[in-house]
Amino acid sequence: MTAREKGFGREPTILIVEYELPIIHFLRASLVERGYRLIEATSGRAALELAASRKPELVLLDLGLPDMEGLEVLSRLRQWSSAPVIVLSARGQEAEKIAGLDAGADDYLAKPFGVEELLARIRAALRRLEGRVGESEPVYRRGELKVDLAARRVWLGKKEVRLSPMQHSFLAVLARHSGRIVLQGQLLKELWGPEGGGSPESLRLLVHEIRHRIERDPVRPRYLKTEPGVGYRLESPD
Amino acid sequence: MAAKRPTPESFLQEARQEEERGARGKLKIFLGAAPGVGKTYAMLDAARLLRSEGLDVVVGVAETHGRRETEALLEGLEALPRKIVDYRGIKLREFDIDAALARHPALMLVDELAHTNAPGCRHAKRWQDAIELLDRGIDVYATLNIQHLDSLNDVVAQITGVTIRETIPDSVLERADVELIDLPPEELLARLKQGKVYFPEQAARAVENYFKPSNLAALRELSLRATAEGVGAVVEDYRRRQAPRATWPTSDRLMVCVGPGPYSAKLVRSTKRMAVRLKAEWTAVFVESERGPLSPAARTSAIDNLRLAERLGAETLVISARDVVEGALDLARQRNVTQIVVGKHIRPRLIELLRGSIVDEIIRKSGDIDVYVITSEAEEVRVATPRRPRTHGRDYAFAALVVAVCTAACFAIFPYLARTNLVMVYLLGTLVVAMRGHRGPALFASLAGVLCFDYFFVPPRFSFGVSDTQYIITFLIMAAVAVTISRLAVRLQNRIEASRLNEMRTAAMHALSRRLAATRGTEAILAAAVEHVAQVFEAGIVALAPDATGALEPKAWSGPRRELDAKERSVAQWVYDLGQSAGLGTQTLPVVDALYAPLVGAEGSVGVLRVEPRERERLLIPDQMLLLESFAHQIALALEVDRLQESARQSHMRAETERLRSSLLSAVSHDLRTPLAAILGSADSLLRRQGPSLDEGGRELLRNIQEESQRLSKLVQNLIETTRLESGAVRLTKEPHSLEEVLGASLEHVGHVLAGHEVTTDVPADLPLVPLDAILMEQVFVNLLDNAARHTPAGTPIDLSARIAADVLRVEVADRGPGLAPEDLERVFEKFYRAKSATAGAGLGLAIGKAVVEAHGGRIWAENRAGGGAVFVFTLPLR
Repeated sequence: MTAREKGFGREPTILIVEYELPIIHFLRASLVERGYRLIEATSGRAALELAASRKPELVLLDLGLPDMEGLEVLSRLRQWSSAPVIVLSARGQEAEKIAGLDAGADDYLAKPFGVEELLARIRAALRRLEGRVGESEPVYRRGELKVDLAARRVWLGKKEVRLSPMQHSFLAVLARHSGRIVLQGQLLKELWGPEGGGSPESLRLLVHEIRHRIERDPVRPRYLKTEPGVGYRLESPD
Repeated sequence: MAAKRPTPESFLQEARQEEERGARGKLKIFLGAAPGVGKTYAMLDAARLLRSEGLDVVVGVAETHGRRETEALLEGLEALPRKIVDYRGIKLREFDIDAALARHPALMLVDELAHTNAPGCRHAKRWQDAIELLDRGIDVYATLNIQHLDSLNDVVAQITGVTIRETIPDSVLERADVELIDLPPEELLARLKQGKVYFPEQAARAVENYFKPSNLAALRELSLRATAEGVGAVVEDYRRRQAPRATWPTSDRLMVCVGPGPYSAKLVRSTKRMAVRLKAEWTAVFVESERGPLSPAARTSAIDNLRLAERLGAETLVISARDVVEGALDLARQRNVTQIVVGKHIRPRLIELLRGSIVDEIIRKSGDIDVYVITSEAEEVRVATPRRPRTHGRDYAFAALVVAVCTAACFAIFPYLARTNLVMVYLLGTLVVAMRGHRGPALFASLAGVLCFDYFFVPPRFSFGVSDTQYIITFLIMAAVAVTISRLAVRLQNRIEASRLNEMRTAAMHALSRRLAATRGTEAILAAAVEHVAQVFEAGIVALAPDATGALEPKAWSGPRRELDAKERSVAQWVYDLGQSAGLGTQTLPVVDALYAPLVGAEGSVGVLRVEPRERERLLIPDQMLLLESFAHQIALALEVDRLQESARQSHMRAETERLRSSLLSAVSHDLRTPLAAILGSADSLLRRQGPSLDEGGRELLRNIQEESQRLSKLVQNLIETTRLESGAVRLTKEPHSLEEVLGASLEHVGHVLAGHEVTTDVPADLPLVPLDAILMEQVFVNLLDNAARHTPAGTPIDLSARIAADVLRVEVADRGPGLAPEDLERVFEKFYRAKSATAGAGLGLAIGKAVVEAHGGRIWAENRAGGGAVFVFTLPLR
């Protein structure tokens, strides 16, 4: 499945902001083959210029840049661009991930990562972009799971799953951002209000309950995934 | 004697309790105007009420004096057994402070606060027992009669004609809630007639005088006023906190000039009362004249008066000035004193004429400072405790010898010189004797000289008779000159002695501070300090400081190493805990051989000095005690500064190391990961390349690259993780988590490694949330699963299960691999340990798992599984 088959008028352009040439090389090899057009920047300044002049559909941003902080690049970019940004970061740096997502990144990928994983994230981000153009779907579908956001109903296969209003709201928030990580803090705010009494603990209990209703094996969830220390993700729809 | 001292155990236990309770107790005083108003009754009544509300109340002392209604109140209250002290054959029943502290109730009743304890008790006065109870966190209810209050002592004596010797400092009353037990004089007199009032024996004879209605009314007024002043202070304090500062008038400041003798003590008390009424700060000053210093005994008396002022809340100062009046006024201006209080001595007019009146001079020169002159009765300034330098028989013998030598010399020169010149020889002799600094022998030499001159040389010779009356004049002048010379010489000698001592102390102080400033480290500072203190005080010194566990240990000795026995250690510990001196020369355990002085710095006790003087009396001089105090303070400050410097240096070093480590860590992590990510990504993207670009052999090699770089990546990850855990850079953030969720994330993470194994999970759906650090715990699962996958053949199952067992969560990761050799069961969790049977893996993963589980307060171990394979088990506490 190449990018063109997914319905873009032209090949989507991806801006890679990465200081390490070996990484750029293999990204180039993998992505060009799949039909993406690549532009490359090895510094923050160059990245911002390229982003302004070439208007890429997606940005892959490594946070370790020689001339400026990766987060700084991200927030400047966000001042005028809404192109999805996937942050590349080291594993075990949860605080960095949260900061990245908070600053407006759509997703992150921990190094080292596999090509397949990268491609999946790119596809998910671009699909959201596409969806945004044609107004968001009121129904989320993946595998057996179907969430009707308008009617507030959920099905697993043929069977309707009964959820409490809170569980519904939770699923609705994730479905609206499907494929992306939703930060724990954002979920607390959306579900309990900015002053609300929600705690990470109550959130975890909620997730636990929902998983037991919508997942066949709650230990190995297929739909509702946890990013430890960061937040939750509902996998992209089919 | 020994049996009366508190045991070390009781001391130590008290210290522990003090630490546990921490807070100070509250004091409530039931104040009465006179005996018999019902203080004890009121106190017991209040205590019973609290007891019925469930408070832990114990009666420490209650003197019922056989009154039935008071005794009835004691029923049902727990009473502390009294301590029996044998004093000169009389068995005295005293308050048992040790038992009280051991019992440690919430509230203790202590009757008759002003009582003087029998010798051998820990404290000289009962109020000190009460203070210790408060310091150790016990609330105290106590009773007190107004006549025992330090500052009112003299007024009461004036009113009633009875001088009360047992007094307590005003500060005790000031820190207490005061409840006045008031009874109109008529009712008290009625009670007296009914025999309901008890008097101590020593006051019995004064009863009639004491219980006059006028006296009682005056005493009652005093008590009411004292209570009202207390309430006023509380109200004022409240207002001060509520109202802006500016609405308060700038305060007065009083200064009282203190000298030796009981008259000055009266001055001090009067000033205290004035200060209280004016709500003013006050200063008590003792101005020493540089011209004519006081005798040591008088000085002691003056310093005692200063101490009284200090107890009554004054700032106290000793200054030395050429002109007493100028010195006092200079100080007054420096301190912005608004009123000066001086005493008017009624002295013979002749002396007043000769020396001028100090009071007049102060009034003349005081400028805009008000001067209050308080008259004393015709009371001579007498020195309370005459302690002159000792004159020995030796000194008189020396005087006699000098006179004999003079006489011999006169015999030698008599034939050649006029008789009157012989007088000069005797005067010279007198001077020689006087230079030794003793007044008696000097006077003796003057008179003996006159007599010898008369007997041996004045005609008729060898008789005391005088033929020529003009010699009478010679004798008188000779005597007058000799006496004057001797007095002047003695005074000069004393001055020299005093300034020599002063100089020595100043020099010692300087030397100490110089030496301390140049010394580093607790032990070295204490060693230097001990050497100095031993020299200056001619005493055996042991310095104690707390060791790593907080227990006091001797750290430095003067002379040979001296261990302290348990009793001495317990005294030192007490001194350390309370920051108060004890032992020789103090009011706490005064019967032991040494003085224990706390080293109190700005932030509390840092150690204790044990001072065992060679001559007890020398240490007991107030000057010496003051000097020792300043030495102790200086040593404590030096220790504190040293400690601060040390901790600053260490924290600087820690920060530096930390900075280095974390920058190294991030550099290594970046530099290793980036190439790995490139290798892995490249291999991955080659493998996924579409089209027939590679044959199967090439793909196999690529998979090799991919797998091995993944392994390398994992190893780097573990190395970094280990370093972070060991450096303490990782903070455990335990929060309630669903184990299922953590396990799910881990399985997702190691999915590629687990391919080829069937993984079963058995986690009960109703498992409660478990407090854990999700990110670190995910690591544990990843490492355990990774370990299982690597050390077992492909196709074998891996079984995960979790159970609640008692109060822990028990998690098992079981495989069907070859299992572990018995000697490996323990050692697999060691860093870089590779099991005998293992073919791969640098054993870091399990070490990390162990570190994380143990940081959670859990345990991890390995077993061999029945039916083959290994089980890795860990537990986590549920709370």
